[in-house]
Amino acid sequence: MSEHLPILIVVCPLAAALLVPLAARLSPRLARGIAIAAPAGALVCAVAALRVALDRGPWHYHLGGWAPPWGIEYVVDPLGGGMATLVALLALLVAIYAGPYLRARSAFRAAIFDSLFLLLTSGLLGITLTGDLFNLYVFLEISSLAAYALLASSGERAVVATFRYLLIGTIAASFYLLGLGYLYALTGTLNMGDLAIRLAEAGGGSAMTVGVVLIVVGLAIKMAVFPLHGWMPDAYTYAPPPVTMFIAAVMSKVSAYALLRVLFFVLPATGAVETALAVLSWVATGGVLAGSILALAQTDVRRMLVYSSVGQMGYVVLGLSLGNATALTGALLHVVGHAVAKGCLFGAVGSLPRQTMQAEIAGFAGASRRAPLTMAAFTVAALSLVGLPPTAGFFSKWYLLQGALEADAWFFAAVLLMSSLLSAVYFFRVIERIYFADDPGAADPGASRHRTKPSLRMLGPVITLGAAVLLIGILNGRLVTAVIRHALPEL
Amino acid sequence: MSVVAWGQLQYVLAAVLLLIGLYGMLVRTNLVRKLMAMNVMQVAVIVFFISLAVRAGGTPPIEVESPSAGSDVLYANPLPHALMLTAIVVSVSTTGVALALLIRIHRRFDTLDEADVLDRLRQ
Repeated sequence: MSEHLPILIVVCPLAAALLVPLAARLSPRLARGIAIAAPAGALVCAVAALRVALDRGPWHYHLGGWAPPWGIEYVVDPLGGGMATLVALLALLVAIYAGPYLRARSAFRAAIFDSLFLLLTSGLLGITLTGDLFNLYVFLEISSLAAYALLASSGERAVVATFRYLLIGTIAASFYLLGLGYLYALTGTLNMGDLAIRLAEAGGGSAMTVGVVLIVVGLAIKMAVFPLHGWMPDAYTYAPPPVTMFIAAVMSKVSAYALLRVLFFVLPATGAVETALAVLSWVATGGVLAGSILALAQTDVRRMLVYSSVGQMGYVVLGLSLGNATALTGALLHVVGHAVAKGCLFGAVGSLPRQTMQAEIAGFAGASRRAPLTMAAFTVAALSLVGLPPTAGFFSKWYLLQGALEADAWFFAAVLLMSSLLSAVYFFRVIERIYFADDPGAADPGASRHRTKPSLRMLGPVITLGAAVLLIGILNGRLVTAVIRHALPEL
Repeated sequence: MSVVAWGQLQYVLAAVLLLIGLYGMLVRTNLVRKLMAMNVMQVAVIVFFISLAVRAGGTPPIEVESPSAGSDVLYANPLPHALMLTAIVVSVSTTGVALALLIRIHRRFDTLDEADVLDRLRQ
């Protein structure tokens, strides 16, 4: 068994996705059990495979025994294995978190939801592990299709928003595939390791430029990098809470991983890639500022969080485009920290009982009295996105700032600080309401009877994520030396 | 002097199809037409890949036992065909999901015009 760990990471949720609807006919509890056990299994496999990769170097697994470049290979290296661990961990927490949401639905609908969720998880895990660019496209589409169905599963607003996301997401995937076609035409291979060697030999040329541009634009749309983020706010705001929690936390991060993988591990660091990185640095600057300013303008907390994601993904892209080891360390730490913090924030917002489709900031008045633990986790995660010590966000921004200074990019350093200030403004607006505003329901003694205590299954994942934000911050040195340093490309 | 050689015409076709698709998705207001434009765009990618597989004078990539031909039979590259089979499956699934969404939109709003749908949502 242990020699098949890399494929088991993907097979666990994939097989469970097929089993869950069948098991639901026998017993809905069994189906829920499988839906939670599968990400747990994937997490165990991912951690085990990552440990092997850290001890003995990248683990190349040949599917069906076919050696690359003819066969498809999975590669667990510290970067891919680390991303897989992150995705599996969040999938497990969200699978638990989804319990109370699904209890209100019929057993059949709950099983379909779980099945789609597991497909989404296996798609994202596949992207992190595959060593083949076309296989990456297939996993990208598996995860996207599952995401469309999940995002559309709550009301007509969600359906309209998802249809637009589907069109834009397909443009992105087609661009990626077309760019891949150019690289294939140049080299005749699709294996990442093989491509890296052959592209370095083939040199630049206009075909490679076109390929690079198409792939970067395609992945940038999937990442919702400013100004290609237009599809995101509506699609995420109207989706069911567990879906938004998972997708907002990891989906754009996995696309960011794919971009990092292609730009630094596959394409040679010459002409077209350098230009692409230079353009990305300015795009990221725009994204960091625009995301923060747009977040400031929102009155719905979920929309504010989505726009804050646009800004936060800007940091990641900025780290990539600076391209030195410190900045890349910062970008990877930010991917981890932001995934955990955004999951926590959306989880906290989604766990509050709500009558309307809106989550207005005003509605958070006095929320600390109603849900003290949830709001504490929300606050910790928000502080991480602002970048206050000792949370994860402070340290990733610190690395990014150092990376910017190493590259003599003073302007970007100034932008980083500026946008931290802006995010402090929009988050403290909410935190102030939570802790210092009067609870409007407190005056009405009848209202307290309607207050439902948040379910432990919702509270648990949110608090775990909140604690993880602090832990990643405090233990950031160990995380960097143990995993992230080994995940960096050779520069 | 022509900019493009005749042998490269299929790449021009792919580029034209891609632009028609993107144009349709941007300009059309009917959601079904947008979806059809999306399919045109996906076909462009398929045409592009299949064009890569062509070898002048090549046979279909099927192993034939002919003693006279020897070992060097020139055949079309089968890999892009295999890749595009997968891409076609992806395209069909995407279209299926999109049509399911359109049915729900039509049931709720009784229209498939984007502007009308957005108007209704704003009310």
